[in-house]
Amino acid sequence: MYIVVVGGGKVGYYLTRELLDAGHEVVLLEKDPRRAAQIADEVGSIVLTLDGCEGKHLAEAGINRAAVVAAVTGDDEDNLVVCQMAKHHFAVPRTIARVNNPKYEDLFRHLGVDEIISPTRMILAAVEQDIPVHELLHLAALEGGELQVLEAQIQEGSPAVGRQPREIDLPDGCSLFILVRDEVAQAIRPDTIFQVGDKVIAITRTECEAALRQELIGEPLPEPPA
Amino acid sequence: MRAMIVGCGRVGAWLADRLAGEGHEVTVLDVSTQAFRRLQASFSGNAVRGDGTDEAVLRRAGLDGADAFFALTEGDNRNVLMAQLAVESFGVPRAVAKINDPVRAEAYSALGIATVCRTVMLGDALAEYVGLPPAGPHGVVAPTGNHGPHGPVDAGGDG
Repeated sequence: MYIVVVGGGKVGYYLTRELLDAGHEVVLLEKDPRRAAQIADEVGSIVLTLDGCEGKHLAEAGINRAAVVAAVTGDDEDNLVVCQMAKHHFAVPRTIARVNNPKYEDLFRHLGVDEIISPTRMILAAVEQDIPVHELLHLAALEGGELQVLEAQIQEGSPAVGRQPREIDLPDGCSLFILVRDEVAQAIRPDTIFQVGDKVIAITRTECEAALRQELIGEPLPEPPA
Repeated sequence: MRAMIVGCGRVGAWLADRLAGEGHEVTVLDVSTQAFRRLQASFSGNAVRGDGTDEAVLRRAGLDGADAFFALTEGDNRNVLMAQLAVESFGVPRAVAKINDPVRAEAYSALGIATVCRTVMLGDALAEYVGLPPAGPHGVVAPTGNHGPHGPVDAGGDG
């Protein structure tokens, strides 16, 4: 598979090396000549000292026959432009962008970037997983951000405790599909009874998140008196 | 008309003064307050310090409901990102990105945002002066395609 990587920072460098090791044909575009020379010493003559945002440079790199373009520079706007040019001007089937500002994810997706990797979002998710909060944990966004896959942990005093799915007044466009109890995942059945500590994986329209949270988790409990 | 200009360089400042002078409501955004010195003392619009690629900054500066948006910073890609934000997230009916790379400028007109390319305009003006025929567009190139992968952008701006 022919893959064009744009951006020779740490991410671009290690990505290129891994792809080469896996036997792919790779070209790396890095505009800084010193950095490009440094990487070329390590990985060979597959590094082009070119600005991947310039249309004619992408053409020079033979981007029109690439199966994948991965834009992994440190600048979100550059990654967007590389992917849009690749996708719409050169008809590359699959484009991948690194995005630092998680707020851009939906926009980039809407503008035709196929795959969006947000390190910020990933670290945020890892941090949130360690914090026992009365909030919904975002696992993934689907359909360009219109649908959210969420995890809700049933708390002491949550309205869902001791109830079955049909007794819960779910907002339209929400569905509960998996229950994680004692680290085992199981389908949610009509006779499932929710218990404290259950993690419920749900899918919901973004605007229904608050209502879903209210029905499953409820208000946070007041701090116990000291 | 309500207009927002990002990038208070020579062009941005000139345009801001011009629009404000005609009685339009103008907000200029720049990351450096020094840049606002380029505005005339009589400038009657708003000058806001902030990064125009940040959606929250654009919202605070009042882009919701604006009629026109001009992305005129020195970075082609920043301008592209901002103009697309203006169209997609704020529904601004007329958003223009200054793109100095002719290939990118042409590609983005086809992708549905208005573009202006200084390289082609200036180069053409000079070539014409010495008798060559014009090679490229002279002004703002209106979108020749639809914006985004999901069909036409509502150019009416009322939705």
